[in-house]
Amino acid sequence: MTEYMILAYSDEDRAGPEPGTPEFAEYMGGWMAYNQMLIDGGHWISGASLAPTGTATTVTVGVGTAATISDGPYAETKEQLGGYYLVRAADLDEAIELAKRLPITDGAFEVRPVAFRPDA
Amino acid sequence: MPDDAPTDVVSPSPGDPVGRALVELARHHAGRVIGLLASRFGDLDLAEDAVAQGLADAARTWPERGVPDSPPAWLMTVAKRNAIDLLRRADAERRRLERAAPDVLERGQPGDAGGRHMIHDHTPDPDGPTSDELDDGQLRLMLLCCHPALDRDTQVALTLRLVGGLTTTEVAHALLVAEPTMAQRIVRAKRKIRDAAIPMSIPADPGERLDAVLTVLYLVFNEGYLRHSDGPAIRAELTASARRLAVELAEIVPEHAETHGLVALTSFLEARRSTRLDGAGDLVLLEDQDRSAWDLETIGVGNAALHRAMELRQPGRFQVEATIAALHANARTAAETDWPMIASLYGQLVAMTGSPVVALNEAVALAMADGPDAGLRRLAGLEGLDDYHLRWSAEAELLLRSGRSHQAVVAFDRALGVVTSDTERRHLERRRAIAASG
Repeated sequence: MTEYMILAYSDEDRAGPEPGTPEFAEYMGGWMAYNQMLIDGGHWISGASLAPTGTATTVTVGVGTAATISDGPYAETKEQLGGYYLVRAADLDEAIELAKRLPITDGAFEVRPVAFRPDA
Repeated sequence: MPDDAPTDVVSPSPGDPVGRALVELARHHAGRVIGLLASRFGDLDLAEDAVAQGLADAARTWPERGVPDSPPAWLMTVAKRNAIDLLRRADAERRRLERAAPDVLERGQPGDAGGRHMIHDHTPDPDGPTSDELDDGQLRLMLLCCHPALDRDTQVALTLRLVGGLTTTEVAHALLVAEPTMAQRIVRAKRKIRDAAIPMSIPADPGERLDAVLTVLYLVFNEGYLRHSDGPAIRAELTASARRLAVELAEIVPEHAETHGLVALTSFLEARRSTRLDGAGDLVLLEDQDRSAWDLETIGVGNAALHRAMELRQPGRFQVEATIAALHANARTAAETDWPMIASLYGQLVAMTGSPVVALNEAVALAMADGPDAGLRRLAGLEGLDDYHLRWSAEAELLLRSGRSHQAVVAFDRALGVVTSDTERRHLERRRAIAASG
């Protein structure tokens, strides 16, 4: 078993369904089902959905310079890091399969093995 | 470095049977044994080191003791023993480290939880490998080297290095990459395979993964076939490696039509390779090639492979390309070539690939079938090839054929403006002179 982080990138400005509508319930249902699938399959370690990049603050440090604080995400990209999953998988192929099943129809998922996790 | 241990075995002197057997061992059997050991031990590096040592053992002992009856079984036995020795040594080192610096081990390294210690619950069976097992090892290794998590250049390099049995030096030479760069690329790829746990598995539906392997083999073949800047030896090495691996793959996955298609395509091309360049190393047009020098036996291999592919009824681009190559290879004279059929096949190929280069070929075939104006009309609709000299030389040749030599000179000049290969430049200059004098 190897641990992987799946970083989910998608366009945060694309309007999702309004909370309270049946579409929203269906959308959330997709996420709940995905999470349950990870738990049932023994893949789940942790995961989180992030607030939009408009809320991000970047702290930049360097040797001999004071830390600078700036408004916004580290990288301005067309698609933004919107959340992550930390999963356990037999190998990269299985991790890729898990990423493919994320309930995001339009985006990109970076799959990287965890090198070291102090709380593991 | 065990990585390049077999370097000294790859250029046998002619008439040296042991030397030839050693090359055969490195090229043909090493990949299978690496694949088999790597999937049994779950450790590619270990398998590769063990096989490299085995090849070095062969180079040392065979000249005295002679070539064993079954070289692959010999290599499997020796490499397996080497792998176990390497594991024991690593284990002993680990125990020494545990005593001396237990804190270093506690942190752990990515990947070290798996492979190296699987020997204890995965003891290889004592009997020699069956050819099915070796084939399985070969297929797993090919699929691993061409895994979509590795970029295409890396896939090509790894396939030549691990499956094709070329040394890192030879791979670097063949792919026109500096040796340290190539060594680094291979090391990085192996590290990714280990740390990201890229598996050596065969998916339930391997079609797409096999297509990636075929694409890599085709790239390797073309690299050897189309390049003129290096010595013939290295080019022949590439085309031969690619074709041999395609043939081996076709034996392992006989129900995959496209693999037979690639075998056919590379066979037809290989059959007329010796007539493509003249004594001065200049290109000879297909219609001017000495067809009596084409290798009929290899054309026969191509015909049989294409027939097998067609029987499977799974259409694909390599089969279409092979059919086009077959129409050339089986035409006894250039005049007998079935150009209308070739033009229609290129049309199919354009629909499959969307490639403007293929559309360029279609234009040339249309010109051969229906006259230069038909070709020029097709060329007029081409986009995205302005920097491709063959697009302009094709136009120039068609203009020349329809008697418009002034326009042809202009097109030859455009071709000369973007051509990079010296061989092709000389060819274009000769043709331009003919147009200018006409």
